[in-house]
Amino acid sequence: MTAIPQPVFSEPWHAQVFALTVHLNEAGYFDWPDWATRFGATLKAHGLTKELDGGDDYFVAWLETLEHFLASMGMTDITEIAQIRQAWEEAYLATPHGAPVNLQD
Amino acid sequence: MPHDHPDHPHSLLPPDPALRIKALETILTRKGLVDPAALDAIIDTYENRIGPRNGAHVVARAWRDPAFKAALLEDATAVVSDLGYYGRQGEHMVAVENTDKVHNIVVCTLCSCYPWPLLGIPPGWYKSDAYRARVVREPRAVLSDFGVTLPPDVAVRVWDSTAEVRYLVIPQRPPGTDGMDEAALMDLVTRDSMIGTGLAVAP
Repeated sequence: MTAIPQPVFSEPWHAQVFALTVHLNEAGYFDWPDWATRFGATLKAHGLTKELDGGDDYFVAWLETLEHFLASMGMTDITEIAQIRQAWEEAYLATPHGAPVNLQD
Repeated sequence: MPHDHPDHPHSLLPPDPALRIKALETILTRKGLVDPAALDAIIDTYENRIGPRNGAHVVARAWRDPAFKAALLEDATAVVSDLGYYGRQGEHMVAVENTDKVHNIVVCTLCSCYPWPLLGIPPGWYKSDAYRARVVREPRAVLSDFGVTLPPDVAVRVWDSTAEVRYLVIPQRPPGTDGMDEAALMDLVTRDSMIGTGLAVAP
């Protein structure tokens, strides 16, 4: 136990994947128990090969669950995710340091 | 991957999962399924507005008001909802009280179900395999790691959260706190004391 305040989310993307999931649940795209069942299964699978420390590895499992869940509902697919992810990577590499990074439509 | 572009220093490339979540946001926003402002609002809420102070408010009030405590133990969902601490995932809240005979401790063995409206986002250790597996098997050893040693005649009860049911531990009120007001009592109620891995601190 510590008196030093710790950030709620240790990485911005942890907050982003959390918020996106909560938002989609609140918008009615899926029930929370259904989400928890799928997430629990991913954690269990990842935990077979290494002991998860509840940090980055936890949110990596969260993200993987969300990607597959959205794909199973037809809201996106793995190819589309890979394409847009690549587009973001190229946008970062093409944007001068300090400038806002935007995706070309 | 660190590398040099002395002529054209570009933006720092975020890690792979950060790019993947950006991709999901872009895809769903373009399809009109997601409102980016709503995502920012959710992050702001959990980073700045919801946290263990909410739970501490409930506990301090329960310590001071026996009727409130009775209602809380009877139907925590209704009582905390009245205070504005309602679960947006539709979960049921249950309050469990520590006494001289029983110490309660909360875990989620499936994933990391946690009473967000009362405690905010769980700490890393709550989400770790080590805690989730061990606390069921050897709760006293886990408590000892947290610096909590209970008398042998105190029973330890472990509550396994689910997506539908989340638990709040009402820690024992420390001695020497008679007459303290709600705000002062709230300062004694730590996050860990409401998970059961700690005790309320003495004034």
